[in-house]
Parts: sequence; C-alpha cells; structure tokens
Amino acid sequence: MKARVTVTLKTGVLDPQGKAIEGALRSLGIQGVASVRQGKVFDIEIDGVGDRGKAEELLKQAADRLLANTVIENYHVDVIG
Amino acid sequence: MKAAVLVFPGINRERDMARTLRLVSGREPAMVWHADTELPQGTDLVVIPGGFSYGDYLRCGAIAARSAIMNAVRAHAARDGLVLGVCNGFQILCEAGLLPGVLMRNSQLKFICHDVYLRVERSDTPFTCGYNAGQVIRVPVAHGEGNYIADGETVARLEGEGRVLFRYAAPDGMIDPNWNHNGAMNAIAGILSDAGNVLGMMPHPENHVEESMGPTDGRGLFAGLVQHLAA
Repeated sequence: MKARVTVTLKTGVLDPQGKAIEGALRSLGIQGVASVRQGKVFDIEIDGVGDRGKAEELLKQAADRLLANTVIENYHVDVIG
Repeated sequence: MKAAVLVFPGINRERDMARTLRLVSGREPAMVWHADTELPQGTDLVVIPGGFSYGDYLRCGAIAARSAIMNAVRAHAARDGLVLGVCNGFQILCEAGLLPGVLMRNSQLKFICHDVYLRVERSDTPFTCGYNAGQVIRVPVAHGEGNYIADGETVARLEGEGRVLFRYAAPDGMIDPNWNHNGAMNAIAGILSDAGNVLGMMPHPENHVEESMGPTDGRGLFAGLVQHLAA
C-alpha cells in the first residue's frame, strides 16, 4: 500500500522560509503569488497491514509521534492504495 | 556533582561541555551514548550538549528526542533529577516534550554566531543560584534555529510562573528588539520546566568559563549547580 503524509505549518505560525521563497518568486518576476508556506511530504510504503483503516491509524501514529510537531504543524494522511 | 553528557551522532559541543564540567566541578563527567538505555548510577545532572544531532534531519532535535537514552532522561527528570539542554540540547528537550514550545528558524533567516547579552531573571533556581537576579551576562550563541515560540497560553504560563530564566538583552539589561537576535517571543533565551529541574537554553555558557577564552560569565551557571548539589 502506498501512502502520503503531508505536514504543513499551522495558520499564524511565522514561516521565514516560506517568506524567503515568496520573495525569490517575486524577484524571478513570477506574477500573482500572494503568499507561500513551506511544508513537507512523506511518501510511505506500507507492508503487512491488511486494511485501509489500519493503515491510516498507523500513519496517524507516525505523524503524531514523529513526522509532525503538533505544537506548530498540522498533518494530513492519504492512503493511495 | 556527578554529571552525564549525552552523545548523539552529529553533536559537536560535547567536549566543550565535558571540559567545563570537569573544570568547574573537579569531576570528570560520564559520556553517555544515545543507544544506551540507562544513565550511570547516581547521576545528579544530565547535560544535552549542542551540535547538529542527526544533521538536523526532519526538525532540529526531532530524531534525537526519540532515541533510547531519552527514556532514561525522562525517568531521571520525573525523579526530580536535574537536566540541562544547551542549543541543540534545548531543541531536543522541546521535541521530547520535557519543555514546552519550539525553536524555529531565526527570524532574520541567518545563522548567528557571536556573543550575546542575557539578563538573568531569577537567582533562586539550581541553574541560576550562581548569579544575581537582573544580572547581565555575556555568552556566545551559535544557531540557525533559536527563535523560541509557543502558543499564547503557554508563554503566559511560563511568564506567570517565572519560568523564563534568561532573556536576550542589551548590555545594560534592557529588553530591546535590536538585541533579540533570533526574534524569540518575549526575547526568551532559556526556560525552566514546570517542576523547575529541567533548563533549556540556546546560548552556550560552557564556552565562557576560562579567562583564556575571554569573559567567564558562563561559569556561574555551573558553579551554581555544584553549590546547589552540595547543599
């Protein structure tokens, strides 16, 4: 089973890296970019877990315990199949 | 004082820390590898030094915070044992949940490596009894992610309970955004756990203890710990 965990900064948390990227996009002359927030994507292969529900459960545990710092980050789990 | 210095792959300040502990306490600290599951018998103080554990992969301190030795550190802290985390050590303590909040990228996006002035907010703790409240000390910083943030409720609690021990300040002790080098909330440079036995701080007091290195303002922290444990 393939899955993707996306980790993003919570609203209101300052993202200096996103700001720097935003500035760089402007300096490239790319028009219409209002703001940029940087996040992380984890592509995960799951083995030996039969059903989708269990896979989601496992990924939530992985995100809560390591992949995301829930003080400043939100995460989203997608089991792709 | 029986100290134990934790060693993770990518840590690079453990020898400075061990040297300072030996110089100030007269006793060689134990060096404890991250895969160990126990601290040496009778450890009074656990020190998590600075560096770049696991190359700062994922988030600064995130991987180290989940290593085997950290369970022993949690148990030590739960028994009221003293824990000091400096720089990456502070980041590891936050990631391990032993201290609240997060150290984010410095607000001006630059790695900063120079001396700073800190105002010592309290002198009635094991970590600051070698100083006077309000005293300004000069110690170095070397970090790219030292910008302390936490939610408003947590910061209010830290302030209300007097758990901010060190703040970035001007040389005269005034709190001024121009001297808050990394943009930390309330100029926070070091905080105490709710039980008062775990300190995390970004600056490196261990690098200012010998006259040959310039100021010796960092010595008070370690001398205070020795004095506290001897009392």
